[in-house]
Amino acid sequence: MLEVKNLHVRAEGKEILRGIDLSVNVGEVHAIMGPNGSGKSTLARALSGHPEYEVTGGTVLFDGKDLLEMDPDQRAREGIFMAFQYPVEIAGVNNAYFLKAALNAKRKHHGQPELDAVEFMQLIREKAKDLDIDQSMLSRSVNEGFSGGEKKRNEIFQMTLLEPTLAILDETDSGLDIDALKIVAKGVNAMRSPERATIVVTHYQRLLDYIVPDFVHVLSGGRIVKSGGKELALELESKGYGWIETGAEPVQA
Amino acid sequence: MTQLAEKLHPWVASGRPAGGPRWLQDLRERGAVTFSALGFPTVRDEEWRFTNVAPIAGGDFELGGASTGLSPARVDGLPYAASAAHRVVVVNGRFSPELSRVSGLPRGVTAGSLGAAINGELQADREIVQRYVGQLADFNTRAFAALNTAFLEDGGYVHVPDGLILEDPIQILFVSANETAAPTVSYPRCLIVLGDRSQARVVETYVSAADAVTLTNAVTEVFVGEGAVLDHYKVQQESEQAFHLGAMHVHATRSANFSSHSFSLGGRFVRNDVLATLDGEGAEVTLNGLYLADGDRLVDNHTTIDHARPHCPSHEVYKGILGGHAKAVFNGKIIVRQDAQKTDAKQTNRALLLSDDALIHTKPQLEIFADDVKCTHGAAIGQLDEDALFYLRARGLTYYEARDMLIHAFAGEILERVKIEPLKEELESQLYSQLARDLAEVDAA
Repeated sequence: MLEVKNLHVRAEGKEILRGIDLSVNVGEVHAIMGPNGSGKSTLARALSGHPEYEVTGGTVLFDGKDLLEMDPDQRAREGIFMAFQYPVEIAGVNNAYFLKAALNAKRKHHGQPELDAVEFMQLIREKAKDLDIDQSMLSRSVNEGFSGGEKKRNEIFQMTLLEPTLAILDETDSGLDIDALKIVAKGVNAMRSPERATIVVTHYQRLLDYIVPDFVHVLSGGRIVKSGGKELALELESKGYGWIETGAEPVQA
Repeated sequence: MTQLAEKLHPWVASGRPAGGPRWLQDLRERGAVTFSALGFPTVRDEEWRFTNVAPIAGGDFELGGASTGLSPARVDGLPYAASAAHRVVVVNGRFSPELSRVSGLPRGVTAGSLGAAINGELQADREIVQRYVGQLADFNTRAFAALNTAFLEDGGYVHVPDGLILEDPIQILFVSANETAAPTVSYPRCLIVLGDRSQARVVETYVSAADAVTLTNAVTEVFVGEGAVLDHYKVQQESEQAFHLGAMHVHATRSANFSSHSFSLGGRFVRNDVLATLDGEGAEVTLNGLYLADGDRLVDNHTTIDHARPHCPSHEVYKGILGGHAKAVFNGKIIVRQDAQKTDAKQTNRALLLSDDALIHTKPQLEIFADDVKCTHGAAIGQLDEDALFYLRARGLTYYEARDMLIHAFAGEILERVKIEPLKEELESQLYSQLARDLAEVDAA
């Protein structure tokens, strides 16, 4: 489904990713781990098409199509969803109104009929219940005044609503207490299916207790320096990142 | 008299209305003399630094005619004509009984002609008018208020007696009707008086009946009695050839609550002044403003909130959306007098520039003479928030959908405070269709 080959990305004038190779198939969950500054979040943002991340080399195919040629909104409509590390507060844009526009943009793209207000409200009420989302969150402005946990849950809520084929979670676990973490994991696990794939970017192994990955990749210095199964995450947890970084070129000297 | 006339400024030397009670004649005379002494402001005047009135001063405006042949159907077709149940229509500064609809007002409430209140049979109205007209709007240093006063004759009048809660809003619809090729001027005057503990919503709308060069020099005086609540709306959407100079002078007494919602969507040259004095403990003032300008238009908003007594909160949010080569000015003055301890004043001013050639001059101006006060102000000028744009796009909305959503949200913060549903709906549709036009222009560029 996703074929990343020799991906190079620059941000703020620095080369952050220096040749990433990654292959994700449907039905798989991949965890991307690594120390601060290793380029984990850069990979997530570059895949979502963030304008401040400039791809300077390499290719990315998504379902056989050239992902790098697509605008961020086109990527989203094609089925990529990134849960933001720092969800943006948007004053004055009603959460439910925004979600309806997003869902219908995607449905239209896939030739499905758009949902009317009644159908849509029914749908989001059900989904909100599953994720312990308070109804009042739906009528508030997008993320405005939300607590850290509410923002992250709202991201997962959007994900379950938009049903992406590839979900990318950018450090969704950071700053979450254990209850919120379980809710997030529940949402992600409910989405696991043979038709979908997930990339979980995280600094800590903790989330992977709840979202068990098929593959773990360790990023360091803008490259994947080690790949393995779920046991690699446990090894990182006990040994730290030090042993991985030895021998790998750091991003900055 | 002839000697005096020689000294008068050409704009007030002739053609002024005559008659009426002695106090009114004196007031007009003072207006004329004051205007002659002040003359038109220039850009050397701090209050007019960025707004050059030369196109007005150098213009040749005839006084707009009284009989314009506007039919009720024509008025019904004007923007905002159906904003409220009660409608007072003022054409070229003069009240029109044929076009107005003010039957069914609760006993004791007057809504109609200012001229009729001045000269009418009701002694109570005559006294109220004499007490407030020319008293709330200080024209000693304000040339355009003086000019308006020199021509004072008629306009709108609303009086709500003590303790009365008026459920239905009252609209005063000011129409600039120029049926000639030559530029015309009108001097509408408006007086709104709320008795103690009363409550009302009043909408002033300024529109044009034709796309012609007009100058509207309007003055509104507002008195809010003790504990009274007034929700005031001003919508200015005159033609693209219109000059509009509108000043509102508000006097809020003890525990009064005054809210102003100012929408400036039309005109080629627009200056709005709002001056609110909090002259009683616990009085509260809210000023909301939204302005839109494109092409070569100019919109200047000057507000002054004068905290004269202790324990008064004031809230102010003004927002602008500018495209093309539009120019805007925002000057928000907050005065906190020595006596006005525990003042809590908050001012926000934001502007969105849709084109590189749009321009805004913005200035908060705090003059604080008390020591135990809270005053905050913030200004933000710029383009749309890139992070928000990306967030929306990352959820599948196109750039254009995301942009429009953010712009609507920007304006929505002010629009959603409108508590009169038909007015809000029409404002939304007028604003959004104008925005769609501006954005199509931006996209074409």
